[in-house]
Amino acid sequence: MADSPILELRGVSKSFGAVQALTRVDFAVRAGEVMALVGDNGAGKSTLIKCIGGIHPADGGEVRFEDRTVTISSPKDSSALGIEIVYQDLALCDNLDIVQNMFLGRERLSSFARLDETAMERAAMQTLASLSVTTVRSVRQTVAGLSGGQRQSVAVAKAVMWNSTVVILDEPTAALGVAQTRQVLDLVQRLGEKGLGVVLISHNLHDVFEVADRICVLRLGQKVAEFDAAATNQQEVVEAITAGKVEQVPGMATEATA
Amino acid sequence: MSATAPKPAPAVEAPAASAGASERRRRAVRLATDSTALIFVALLVLLAIFSALKPGAFATVNNLRNISIAAAPLLVLGVGMTFVIITAGIDLSVGSVLVFSGVIAVKVMTALGNSGWGVVVVGTVAAMLTGLAWGLVNGALIAKARIPALIVTLGTLGAGLGGAQLITGGVNLRGVPRELVTVVGVGRLFGVVPWLVAVALVVTVVGAVALRMTRFGRYTFAIGSNAEAARRVGINVDRHLIKVYALSGMLAGLAGMISLARFTNTTIAGHSTDNLQAIAAVVIGGTSLFGGVGTILGTVVGVFIPAVLQNGFVILRVQPFWQEVAVGVVLIAAVYVDQLKRRARDRL
Ligand SMILES: Nc1ncnc2c1ncn2[C@@H]1O[C@H](COP(=O)(O)OP(=O)(O)OP(=O)(O)O)[C@@H](O)[C@H]1O
Ligand SMILES: [Mg+2]
Repeated sequence: MADSPILELRGVSKSFGAVQALTRVDFAVRAGEVMALVGDNGAGKSTLIKCIGGIHPADGGEVRFEDRTVTISSPKDSSALGIEIVYQDLALCDNLDIVQNMFLGRERLSSFARLDETAMERAAMQTLASLSVTTVRSVRQTVAGLSGGQRQSVAVAKAVMWNSTVVILDEPTAALGVAQTRQVLDLVQRLGEKGLGVVLISHNLHDVFEVADRICVLRLGQKVAEFDAAATNQQEVVEAITAGKVEQVPGMATEATA
Repeated sequence: MSATAPKPAPAVEAPAASAGASERRRRAVRLATDSTALIFVALLVLLAIFSALKPGAFATVNNLRNISIAAAPLLVLGVGMTFVIITAGIDLSVGSVLVFSGVIAVKVMTALGNSGWGVVVVGTVAAMLTGLAWGLVNGALIAKARIPALIVTLGTLGAGLGGAQLITGGVNLRGVPRELVTVVGVGRLFGVVPWLVAVALVVTVVGAVALRMTRFGRYTFAIGSNAEAARRVGINVDRHLIKVYALSGMLAGLAGMISLARFTNTTIAGHSTDNLQAIAAVVIGGTSLFGGVGTILGTVVGVFIPAVLQNGFVILRVQPFWQEVAVGVVLIAAVYVDQLKRRARDRL
């Protein structure tokens, strides 16, 4: 599809004190494309998307959205751009019910600034139904009582309910059963076909190859390879994940904290 | 909540939409096991026992009025405290802020000549703004400086009371407008409801609506439940916490004015346990000290249980010290029930 990326990171760096989590990472996703982000534990995948989500704003580098340089310094900034993220830890409120979680921060209001519970409940049910999430008994049950997979389904539903342009999923199938994994992978593909930019983080290369158009490999906070999914194989990707060449950039750690 | 609104026709393909009837049944079950419902029944039982034992003295309109008047300031404090505790916070400073705000109100009203409704209104605004200011200090130190709420409000508890004593030289200030005492203090709305109770009722209803039906309330629950999740959806957690403590402070200021209307002086020494009483009421009412759970209705019941016990024991000529023992037992039981519920939940 469109050749210019919808979301692009150029030379993004991020450190947590002495830990250099990301070193000059370039990353781009185009509209209508599923971009897989893979790498070993601690490679920096979650950190990268937290930079995009405004949770840990990047120390250095440039974020571009639809060919403009943007500053994402808070979650509001990224959702204003139409970027929706399902985080690895899901970040749901246990004491709130499913509807309340799905609309948190973006509640619909009726007259006199009251919450429009009916409209929110209806929209939540429709979204869950469209994802074929049939295992929750009630959308009014608190998230605390859901199984791990159900929680993950709710988190995914929460992200796709909005008219977004980029959807990022950080290991969205890690806790899911066979059928639910199927649903999420289908969803990922459908979102891509709808013209959204989709980023999928996963350790399951089988799943990755099934849905991804391109594969970006991070290792020790650096991008070590990028593949066209059609032109590579699992072995090549595994090699990049475990032994990809990491270029040493002297002085980065001190420079990035500036 | 949405229970009363007619359900829209569910989307044809929505399997979750069949939840309607079973959901209603589930709500009924939840109500039966709900701690607020339990504690409400406990209050009714207490009322029934005292009424049966001393119908002529206890179950009179006049006596119930007295109970309500005694409960009014605590109810106002309790509403603010409910919001605070739902965020998983605590506000120990409310009693001191109440006293300090009352002192400022008396100073302001005295300076203005101490008579007329205009002065009463200005005094009330002064008391509430003073309380608000203390609440903002609490909130800013907790949210921005990240000092634990227990420590911050313990500090402002001392500072507020000390400040009040510095301003007054340790002597209670007297002299409040006559209107405040004769109308607000002892008068009744429509000749039935004491004004002080009416004020507390309005605060309670507004608080309950704000907690259940507005974004403000929803964010309060969200922050107490998972502050990081709230932050990730773009809720300004720090600012919301500051608002919640400001609300608690402002209501403490209003309670200071209620106290002035009732006692006609600043009662500096009389509020040292208000904070603990308010916290006890909120917790007895089913609000969890761990945050994310709570209701204003529960707090109302939690305020009335100690008030009814106190009154009933006096009428029965039981040593009033038993009231404190009984409230202590109820408080511990309430927290134990909360723990049991949390444990049952975590086992899922
Ligand atoms: N908030 C933080 N504070 C300090 N260090 C952090 C923080 N978040 C991440 N890190 C560090 O940054 C590095 C990258 O972590 P990250 O979570 O991005 O890895 P990941 O690729 O998502 O791994 P996984 O596959 O296990 O989820 C790790 O060394 C981690 O310890
Ligand atoms: Mg991760």
